[in-house]
Amino acid sequence: MIPLTYYLVISAILFALGALGVLIRRNPLIIFMSVELMLNAANLAFVAFSRAFNVLNGQIFVFFVMTVSAAEVAVGLALIVVIFRTKHSIDVDLMSSLKG
Amino acid sequence: MDLTLILFIVLAITAIATAIGLLVSRNAVYAALFLVLNFATVAVFYLLLGAPFIAMAQVTVYAGAIMVLFLFVIMLLGAEKLPKGQALPWQRPLAIVLTVVLLAEAGILLFQRLSITTALSNPEAALNTEGAVRGLGAMLFSQYLLPFEVTSVLLLVAMIGVIVLTKENKA
Repeated sequence: MIPLTYYLVISAILFALGALGVLIRRNPLIIFMSVELMLNAANLAFVAFSRAFNVLNGQIFVFFVMTVSAAEVAVGLALIVVIFRTKHSIDVDLMSSLKG
Repeated sequence: MDLTLILFIVLAITAIATAIGLLVSRNAVYAALFLVLNFATVAVFYLLLGAPFIAMAQVTVYAGAIMVLFLFVIMLLGAEKLPKGQALPWQRPLAIVLTVVLLAEAGILLFQRLSITTALSNPEAALNTEGAVRGLGAMLFSQYLLPFEVTSVLLLVAMIGVIVLTKENKA
């Protein structure tokens, strides 16, 4: 069978790629997608540890992470829509003022 | 080399390739579709790890609901292709260096300090799907009952927040 370390390596690589996406991309939608990628990498590590130690708590945490990320995506996309409505663009460089 | 390992390697390559595709694609719709494929791959990882409920939740919640929302917003805003502004010249090299540092840290932790090399045993237990789902449900409604109920409040707050945010200002 596959060692736990392999799963953790995959999880680490996916997390690093997500972090790279947040740093280099300028489209806020793609930044959001990269955040989702990082959350997924964390979930993969949770499930792998849950399997390795033979307890179900890790899977419960993944369930909660999924709920939180669903709520986060809904609110975040609503914010992007509102920003687009006021500025008519969603480039992250334009989001530099607190006043609309 | 047994079949599971081959499957694992193929899935790993797919997951990393789709993640890179998400980073490099110019069109936001392609990026979203790459991410859908990545989520599906991770769902198969969950099946390999003996977590069928999480795998199905991954497909329905992430690849289904969340990504459809993403695609909907991308098409609503017409934001497939942003005009290319001038990027900060040091942004990309610095980001790559920081990511390599992050990966190196993770690698050091994994291979020196943690050193968990025990193989995940008993694939037969992973096939016992009914027991796993039943155990998960029992745990969710006993030990984790309060967080589970708080989750419903969180979803309600998010829903009201979205409605308030996107409401047209009539005044």
